[in-house]
Amino acid sequence: MSLILDDVTIARPDGAALIRGLTLNVSPGSVTTVMGPSGIGKSTLLDAIAGSLAPGFSLSGRITLNGRDLTGLPPERRRIGLMFQDSLLFPHLSLAGNLAFGLDPRIRGRSARAQAVEHALTEAGLAGLGPRDPATLSGGQRARAALMRTLLAAPEALLLDEPFGKLDMALRDEIRRFVFDHAAARGVPVLMVSHDPQDAAAAGGPVVALA
Amino acid sequence: MIPARPLALALALGLSLAAPLHAETTDWQAVLDEARGQNVFWHAWGGDARTNAFIEWVSARTSERYGVTVTQVKLSDTAEAVTRVLSEKAAGRDEGGAVDLIWINGPNFLAMKEQGLLHGPFVADLPNARFVDLSPEAPASVDFTVPVEGMESPWRLARFVFVHDSERAPEPPRSMAEFVTWAEAHPGRVTHPAVSNFMGATFLKQALVELAPDPAMLQAPATPETFEATTAPLWEWYDALRPNLWREGRTLPENQGIQQQLLNDGEIDIAMSFDPASTAAAIAEGLLPDTARVFVTEGGMIGNVSFVAIPYNAANKAGAKVVADFLISPEAQAHMQDITVLGSFSVLDPARLDAEAQALFDALPKAEALPRLEDLGPTLLEPHASWMTLLTEEWSRRYTQ
Amino acid sequence: MRAVPALILAALVAPVALGLWQTGRAAFGIMPALGRETPSLDPWRQLFALPGLGGSIRLSLVSGLGAAILSLLIALALVQALQGRLSAARAARWLAPFLAVPHAALAIGMAFLLAPSGWIARALAPLMDWTRPPGIASVNDPWGMALMLGLMVKEIPFLMLVILAALGQVPLARIMAMGRALGYGPGAVWLRLVLPAIWPMLRLPFWVVLVYSVSNVEMAIILGPANPPVLGVAVTRWFASPDLAMILPASAGAILQAGLAGAVIAAAWGAERLAARLGPVWLARGRRGPARAPGWLVGALLRLAGAAGLVLMAAGLLAMAALAIWSLAFRWSFPQILPETWSLNAWSMAAPGWRRALTTSVLLAGATAGLSLALAVAWLQAAPARMRAEWLILLPLLVPQIGFLYGLNVVFLRAGLQADLLTVGMGQMLFVFPYVLLSLSGPWRAVDPRLMRTAAALGAGPWRRLVAVRLPVLLRPLLTAWAIGIAVSVAQYLPTLYLGAGRVATLTTEAVTLASGSDRRVSGVYASLQALVPLLAYACAFVIPAWWHRDRRALAGAFR
Repeated sequence: MSLILDDVTIARPDGAALIRGLTLNVSPGSVTTVMGPSGIGKSTLLDAIAGSLAPGFSLSGRITLNGRDLTGLPPERRRIGLMFQDSLLFPHLSLAGNLAFGLDPRIRGRSARAQAVEHALTEAGLAGLGPRDPATLSGGQRARAALMRTLLAAPEALLLDEPFGKLDMALRDEIRRFVFDHAAARGVPVLMVSHDPQDAAAAGGPVVALA
Repeated sequence: MIPARPLALALALGLSLAAPLHAETTDWQAVLDEARGQNVFWHAWGGDARTNAFIEWVSARTSERYGVTVTQVKLSDTAEAVTRVLSEKAAGRDEGGAVDLIWINGPNFLAMKEQGLLHGPFVADLPNARFVDLSPEAPASVDFTVPVEGMESPWRLARFVFVHDSERAPEPPRSMAEFVTWAEAHPGRVTHPAVSNFMGATFLKQALVELAPDPAMLQAPATPETFEATTAPLWEWYDALRPNLWREGRTLPENQGIQQQLLNDGEIDIAMSFDPASTAAAIAEGLLPDTARVFVTEGGMIGNVSFVAIPYNAANKAGAKVVADFLISPEAQAHMQDITVLGSFSVLDPARLDAEAQALFDALPKAEALPRLEDLGPTLLEPHASWMTLLTEEWSRRYTQ
Repeated sequence: MRAVPALILAALVAPVALGLWQTGRAAFGIMPALGRETPSLDPWRQLFALPGLGGSIRLSLVSGLGAAILSLLIALALVQALQGRLSAARAARWLAPFLAVPHAALAIGMAFLLAPSGWIARALAPLMDWTRPPGIASVNDPWGMALMLGLMVKEIPFLMLVILAALGQVPLARIMAMGRALGYGPGAVWLRLVLPAIWPMLRLPFWVVLVYSVSNVEMAIILGPANPPVLGVAVTRWFASPDLAMILPASAGAILQAGLAGAVIAAAWGAERLAARLGPVWLARGRRGPARAPGWLVGALLRLAGAAGLVLMAAGLLAMAALAIWSLAFRWSFPQILPETWSLNAWSMAAPGWRRALTTSVLLAGATAGLSLALAVAWLQAAPARMRAEWLILLPLLVPQIGFLYGLNVVFLRAGLQADLLTVGMGQMLFVFPYVLLSLSGPWRAVDPRLMRTAAALGAGPWRRLVAVRLPVLLRPLLTAWAIGIAVSVAQYLPTLYLGAGRVATLTTEAVTLASGSDRRVSGVYASLQALVPLLAYACAFVIPAWWHRDRRALAGAFR
């Protein structure tokens, strides 16, 4: 069970290939890091996997997740979690509201859902902060909240787009550990895009260099 | 035997008369039946709050009595309604038109009549027409010298009068000719509404009637020759007057409402109205200073009858007829003549009123501020409608930069 | 869904085109209702023989171009002077009253302020020893100055907002820092670097202002000269002439008005091309100050323009106050600063009338603004990126109303549409929707696309992403767009008049009609209400999001 890219080629609207014949196998619980200079198509690759490729770009090859072919599926049905360097919490919802937004709909009932959210908050060291406005949280709190929100949706894979770029050095290590540990604990395959060699080192998984 | 003859006569006459008489009443009953529940869109100039209130009153009465409500479409110019009917005709909408009833007279009536945009004749069928003198020469049968021919029904009498502020201008001009010397002595204190407005045009017509070498010419359609000869003294008079008009005559108030406001603001000393009672009412409403008074020129002033007409494609013709009929009822006419309501003189023929109807008029409140009928002098006839059109055009040609 | 923008565009462009076509037919002598079936140039001959036509054209050009160009210069001067102290959001709040108040209401108030018997003259009366109003033509003046002032009070705030919004799209601080580091003064940087960068975003709004200025009717009826009037008013009068044959030359006049607007736009475009050609040459010379004018002169001119702008804004506020005071006066004669006697008479006497007009206005505004908002959301959902044809939504604003409304009226009648609320509402949509879409599209497209992708990755489908994320995040811009829609709908005069056959009486049609009546107090009532409805809508647009998002710092900007 894993995220598999089989001979994936992505072409720009003008027809030029951005990524050519990429084959990857991200196994559960491991972190694969994609590195390369900016403009090489790292983020576009993540877009292709998440299903939000910009109009005009074309994709060939196969992407499967746990045996499911993702081709043609809308992003919301791929069960792939996304994290960016900005935590992108919804500004109109409280912290708890953000987590509840992502929470798997199969968990039913008001109290059951509230409990799941509270549990996740505690797990992220954010206990009691549920009613807070996300804009009032610190950068580290926001990053942990964003990860918990993603995990509550029970994704089958995680895509990280320069996830730690905006955090200061002291925090970066802590959040890295937090993210990787949680991903490993849940056994989901993680694909990370970064140009920070330390990220790749901390991830400890295979490194793919695009060029 | 003796009583038998009148009886036989009555029977004989009855046979010949009763049938149409009967038909007529049932016809009217059919109109009333059809009208019930209709909402009549009455397109009427909306610049006078008291007229608007009177129309609201009419709506209340007709809806209570005949189930016909009236919605006033307030126009800033009657021609808007005429244009509307024309554009409906242009679009081939020959039924269900937007305009049911128009307050109309003069050139607008002539235009609609000539273009076949009117429904009728219908006036003679109105039960209350029995109170109106409809003989061919009567004021209600001629509109700016154009024969009405039953295509429009009278509803109010208009008399052209001047208003002055008796404190600031105690001695107003006594004739149109005197306006020139008066304005010379009081530069910038008099003006007239724009000539495209009927009040402004009437100001010129009043001068024309007083100054024309042969006023009788004005009762026939104007020709280029008669127009030039008859209006020559008018333009001479206006050229002399214009430099001393308010703003040197370069700007004119759009209508008499704005002119009245100027009088109220003290910008000018003389205004004009088609309603002799409006001054007293405007004082009571705080729209004119207490010292405002009505005056007329010595030879008499122009008067005319306002009518209502029904467009050929009106959606609610029956309702419109019911309203037109109600307007010439003694009740409506007496209410209209009430100084506290409109103060417009009745269009009914006093000789045709029965005692009951006469009593309605006798019961009206008398107001001292109101000019008496005899103070207003003789009523002068409106010139043929063609004069107004040509006058307006020639004036714009001469005085529009 | 993909077809939504195309359908809406067709629905906007077709009526304008059909209306112009119908008007054009009449302008070339085809009017079957009058028995005219063959094309001819007679209407044009008649038109050019009409007295005052030359004067009307000249007035429209002078007052229209003057108002638009001065408004642009003053708006630029004010924004430049307030730069750094005035964010777009704060400006929107302060300028809202000016945007909200309909042209007609403002004109009625300005007329009272400027008239020889008006507030300014009353204030001067004790100093000048005036017991009667002075004999000066300070409104309806033959040069159209009062009209220009009235137009500018409406246009300066609009252009200021457009400029501020455009500045938000360029890295203003960096441009300023860079330019000043190269030795240019702030004014010079503006002219050389900032203006060229933002002009593409100002171009179309400026054209809309230009077209409105040279073709407006309701403001010119109230503030403009009467004899001859500006072209728009002249054409309106000819359409309403008792002589039915006048409809033909009137139609030609309407086409002429459209041509005039086109010529003015072409001139603006030409001037822009010329500046684009010559500008680089001038920039390359690298002069750090203005070539000849000394620096203090430029500064003084800027300050003068800014001061003029502030004076005009103050005049606009006084004009709005005058409306309210007149509606509460009983007698208010010259030279009293305040009424001698107060009364609620005007409100109570006219109550049945204004209640009906208010209901109609509110119904129309609510329906058109609501529908426009829904359509704008549908449009932006379907076309997230800017489309090449998007400028076409401005077409109804770039063609003078008088040019196509008469013809559109004929088209509607042919189609069997009654002159009722529905027809008027459809007509108003032509003008409400463009403003709503323009107002909403910026904030909509500024939403971080990654926010929506995050929501999708959390399993939210398109509908949930719209309803649970995008719309709540955009609550303030949505309500602002709605309020603008309300204001535009309430202000519509000609569309309501022509398509409603006068039967649909709104606050605006009544206010314009009453402005030519004798009772300033009653026009005060209607004009006050006319200003109040959009003001309340704007107030909602500020208060509701602020309250709703009161605990959300990222969204509750309004009162901080």
